[in-house]
Amino acid sequence: MANYEIMFIVRPDVADEDTDKLIAQMEGVVAGAGGKVEKVEKMGRRRLAYRVHRQREGFYVLFKLQGNGDTVKEFERRLKVTDTVIKYLAIRMDETLKRAEKFQALRAKQESKRRRSKPAPAPPPSQAPAEAAQA
Amino acid sequence: MAVPRGNASEGERPPRREGSGGGPRKQYFRRRKVCKFCTEKIDVIDYKDVRLVGEFVSERGKILPRRLTGTCSVHQRAVSEAIKRARNIALLPFASAL
Repeated sequence: MANYEIMFIVRPDVADEDTDKLIAQMEGVVAGAGGKVEKVEKMGRRRLAYRVHRQREGFYVLFKLQGNGDTVKEFERRLKVTDTVIKYLAIRMDETLKRAEKFQALRAKQESKRRRSKPAPAPPPSQAPAEAAQA
Repeated sequence: MAVPRGNASEGERPPRREGSGGGPRKQYFRRRKVCKFCTEKIDVIDYKDVRLVGEFVSERGKILPRRLTGTCSVHQRAVSEAIKRARNIALLPFASAL
């Protein structure tokens, strides 16, 4: 199972209820194709950077899900068939996330190393003012 | 009156330091640019973050070269990927009129 992000754009002239209905339907598709929906985010109405199907605006929806290639294939097929969806993009995220985790772990390690080595050089500045006061 | 040629940029030049030997030297000092993603510790360059990714695109919608933005090679690759994804889903333009 891999992590995927699928974003699609619904035509702006579609009613909110219909969008919700579509989202519910797509959740069913994921479940039916052996996937698991992690998060659904309605990113809202946005201006498109260029015209798509004669539309200048669109309603963005983002699905984060777990599944395999077949899940995504079915999801994309459904989006292609749906007339109200004007554009979609599916991206596999797990490798990117894994790499990010690695970097984070590496940074945490470096940070702890730095903290361990810091206490040694730190004391002198605190002593210096005391000596100055004595002098 | 005619402007003396070749002197157009003279006024913008910082004053020469005195005392050091002659010869051709660097005429201007440019601050060294550093990779934004390295300094701000951004691990995942998200194509959805148009504000961030849009910084690396020219007015015309072109991907800015590393020499202009100072991005390191690893992150330049990631940025260009993100820009291409954002273009695909109409978050960024492929080309925009000036």
